[in-house]
Amino acid sequence: MATAAVATASAVRTEKAPGIKPRGWIGFLFIAPNLLGVIAFTLIPLISVVVLAFTDWNLVSGLGGITFNGIDNFVAIARDPGFWHAIGLTLVYVVVSVPLTVVLGLALGIALNRPLPGRAVLRAIFFLPYIVNVVAIGMTWLMLMNPKAGLVNQVLDAFGIRPGWFASSHWALPALIVMAIWGGVGYCSLIYLSALQDAPRQLYEAADIDGASAWAKFRVITWPSLLPTTIFLLVTLIIGASQGFGLIALITAGGPGDSTTTISYYMYQTGFQFYRFGYASAIGLVTFVGVLVLTLLTWRAQRGRALNE
Amino acid sequence: MSKKWWWGIPLWILALAFLAPFAWMISTALKPDVDAYKIPMQWIPNPFQWDNFTTVLTGATSVLPAFGRSIFVAVLRVAGELITATMAGYAFARMSFKGRDKLFLLYLATAIIPAQLLLVPRFIYFQKLGLYDTLWALILPGMFTVLGTFLMRQFFISQPAEFAEAARMDGANEWRVFTRIYLPLATPVMSALGILAFVWSWNDYETPLVLISNPDRYTLPLSLTNFVDEQGQIAPGLTMAASVISIVPVLIVFVVLQRRFIAAMTHTGIK
Repeated sequence: MATAAVATASAVRTEKAPGIKPRGWIGFLFIAPNLLGVIAFTLIPLISVVVLAFTDWNLVSGLGGITFNGIDNFVAIARDPGFWHAIGLTLVYVVVSVPLTVVLGLALGIALNRPLPGRAVLRAIFFLPYIVNVVAIGMTWLMLMNPKAGLVNQVLDAFGIRPGWFASSHWALPALIVMAIWGGVGYCSLIYLSALQDAPRQLYEAADIDGASAWAKFRVITWPSLLPTTIFLLVTLIIGASQGFGLIALITAGGPGDSTTTISYYMYQTGFQFYRFGYASAIGLVTFVGVLVLTLLTWRAQRGRALNE
Repeated sequence: MSKKWWWGIPLWILALAFLAPFAWMISTALKPDVDAYKIPMQWIPNPFQWDNFTTVLTGATSVLPAFGRSIFVAVLRVAGELITATMAGYAFARMSFKGRDKLFLLYLATAIIPAQLLLVPRFIYFQKLGLYDTLWALILPGMFTVLGTFLMRQFFISQPAEFAEAARMDGANEWRVFTRIYLPLATPVMSALGILAFVWSWNDYETPLVLISNPDRYTLPLSLTNFVDEQGQIAPGLTMAASVISIVPVLIVFVVLQRRFIAAMTHTGIK
């Protein structure tokens, strides 16, 4: 939900709707159904999560047991080894899975941009993992990655490797990364594909006349024209990778040990297993602000690049 | 074209690797559990059997009720979102009223909030409202979305304002201008939004995981975990048969509306 807004926000702000004769309250009536729902189910929860972050409250103490504790939650977060461990894991997860997904998606997008037999079918196949629910995917991979008899290790046996995957605290995170890449590559390739189709054709023709190599054409023409798309994908995938907890809740429950307790799962655990609503809200808020800052930095980097070119 | 056909070979090999988990899913759904982990992997089930599907559909832990609930939730969410988002998006784009642009900025600001951040307060509110552990906890937030409103506003703003001016001159009221002139133009965007809303709703696992606890109210993704025992042992055949069933509706929408489906997904970046 978040990412589309991020992507369209800059475009939306600049173009205002042209002035139309005022119709007073009628327009408001059109918006009212949506607005009331958004207030009830998004705005009020949003304000609440900010308020809750400054309270000490758990399910057991009931509504009456809610007490404001100032910035205690944030001080506690700063000293919470569990929080920093989760942040570290999330960084590893994001830093490994996101760039790999984007690079592979780019390669696949370029390959699929050439005319070849069965292209539409190929596109659909790579996209398929993206539209399937996380439980079906998770259950399947859990069995595929069975350390003893799973298909993945049957194949890897040929190379003499036998990872423990979800049974091993070293291999559980890599297993999640493999799944993330498998699930995201097709999506990235489709986004790149639609960007490639808008690439400036005359530039390629000019480059051909100048006898430019394929690599030179990629570096000078293709890559710069794909930069906004790349930024968009990075932002989308970073947000997705740092917020989702469904797969982890399903397959590993953060384990073995705490080897897959990423920040989103840590928040889920704090909120819905230990019912520490105040602390969970503070964790969510800190994470959200962190991701927001990261996103804005990525954006500014892109603006800087665009200006230099 | 024919000159470069060999490009396809590595791509097809890669595609088969991508498909392997789905092939495994179908193969396992059609064989007895003892064969699920056979070494080497047996792709074609022998004996071939439909029992897993029969059990999953008609047995004591049938997923059919959950399937029905998922349909119910999805239909209401899609209908609600289409109605409220289309009206609001239209008004934001093509009507004028006090505070419109400020309100729209507020919408923009809330749109970057990840749904996961709102789960704690929603959990609390729905308990207070008596909606916790009911399907309405899944349906209501999905009916009023900021994102849908965006998509619709972006569409309506690209449509000429003169249509409305002309119709108003002829004495049409605002509702008529909207339903007779602009709404028919919006069908492709609405179908894209409908597809998106359906897929979100159908695949949503995190929201019901937090807001639904009674197995009698599980939606389909939650019910796929019915075939895991207390020790965490998965019944391969039953789980995979149920998984196949859970994919079918999305797959049908995908195959039938492939172009629109891909356009919807790629233009919004939403899962």
